[in-house]
Amino acid sequence: MTKITFVKHDGEKFEVDAENGTSVMNAAVDNLVPGIDADCGGECACATCHVYVDESWFKKVGGTNDAEEAIMSLNPDRQETSRLCCQVPVTDEMEGLVVRLPEFQF
Amino acid sequence: MSVAEREFNHMFGKDPYSIPLEGYDVSQPELFMSGTELPYFERLRKEAPVHYCNDSENGPYWSVTRYKDIMEVESNPAVFSSEPGITLADPEPDFDISMFIAMDEPKHGDQRKTVQDIVAPTSLANLEPIIRERIEGILDTLPLNETFDWVDKVSIELTGQMLATLFDFPFEQRRKLTYWSDVATTIPGPDALIQSIEERQNILLTECLPAFTELWNQRVNEPPKGDLISMLAHGKETRDMGPMEFMGNLMLLIIGGNDTTRNSLSGGVLFLNQNPDQYDKLRAHPELIPKMIPEIIRYQTPLTHMRRTATEDYTLNGQNIKKGDKVAMWFLSGNRDPEAIENPDDFIIDRERPRQHLSFGFGIHRCMGNRLAEMQLRVTWEEILKRFEKVEVVGDPVRNYSPFVRGYAELPVQLRPIAK
Repeated sequence: MTKITFVKHDGEKFEVDAENGTSVMNAAVDNLVPGIDADCGGECACATCHVYVDESWFKKVGGTNDAEEAIMSLNPDRQETSRLCCQVPVTDEMEGLVVRLPEFQF
Repeated sequence: MSVAEREFNHMFGKDPYSIPLEGYDVSQPELFMSGTELPYFERLRKEAPVHYCNDSENGPYWSVTRYKDIMEVESNPAVFSSEPGITLADPEPDFDISMFIAMDEPKHGDQRKTVQDIVAPTSLANLEPIIRERIEGILDTLPLNETFDWVDKVSIELTGQMLATLFDFPFEQRRKLTYWSDVATTIPGPDALIQSIEERQNILLTECLPAFTELWNQRVNEPPKGDLISMLAHGKETRDMGPMEFMGNLMLLIIGGNDTTRNSLSGGVLFLNQNPDQYDKLRAHPELIPKMIPEIIRYQTPLTHMRRTATEDYTLNGQNIKKGDKVAMWFLSGNRDPEAIENPDDFIIDRERPRQHLSFGFGIHRCMGNRLAEMQLRVTWEEILKRFEKVEVVGDPVRNYSPFVRGYAELPVQLRPIAK
């Protein structure tokens, strides 16, 4: 299990234990974290699991892949550390990961 | 193919499992008007999930009918282009109406970004009280225990008022928006709203375009404000559009917000009547409304398909699609695919993951107004449940003659008040 923290735009924190091998999106959905709708179920096709990766984590998590970039580039509110969290796998490396939940997804 | 042979191929009224698959053409509008289309799709899903129809009203085309394969097509816009159009019928010659739903990158994204703020969550929060007030106004004037047409009095009225609000269109003329949308999507015919393609073009050019041009000229000389025409008139990527592109994008937004919501509003009433146990559950648990709304949208699938055109040869689930081929992604069928959705033919208002359906499409062309549509439907059902014990369907619905816009021309109902 890997600890991940989701921080809502108003500061409220959701700390969850995520199962390795799933995605950060799954961790949010399985733990009823608000603001992660994940309409497409993890196919990188709906952009409703948008998160801002904490600056200090972004290097480790890495940038968007091509499919992700294609759909994300349509969003005027995307930031430099934006990711679709269905594309971010949960691994031991991610222990302590912090991501923020954008206001536009509420 | 001669007319006589075409007649021979008509599938309406025939057993879906006895017609040879070579002759299968699920785009025949009679199937949808009679409400008998689903078993034909079921057979394709089972026996030929990526199926080539070698002749139809609109020429040869592929049908993609399984959820997973539709996702594959949606996720690959470079191979499956939205140009030149998103319906099986090709764009009308000499009528070069252009809209961003039928464009590829980068133009699609640039134009879409200009208008999507109107359906951003913050805009929706501002719109909700206005929508609720309009819905209350409509519901409060309906007769009790008396037959009337739900489609006309509620579904059309509500979506018409909504569109007039989003466009800041003269409110008393709002039915014109509904009318133009219907003109744009109706299949011409002797008994139809329009008799010919020429009539369609004529109405759009001589009525719709001048009306919108006038509003454009007015908005472009005012400071930018939050309505869609102002957004287009001031947007960096859209302010230099030619008249046909301007009208195209307006028609896209009108049609997008008209038929879809309208038919989901009518469909919901029908499905709850067909499934009284679900209506009981809803009355006992009105908090289920937000889950019920996506289920209504799945079950209705108000736009049955979108078309793509292959830009290169591509193998999809074992079938060789050739460059230039038309490909129909049948959302209606994917939404009934048991491999993706449990008990897909059942209408269940409290499904586990109700938003996992294809009605809005997926990928970069995914419906922009999905959350607005859900909000309108949610608020409508909240207000219905406050007022009426039952919206009772008292006769058969009249369905649309269209393989694209799946919905209702009439739905007779009576309202039962809540016992005091």
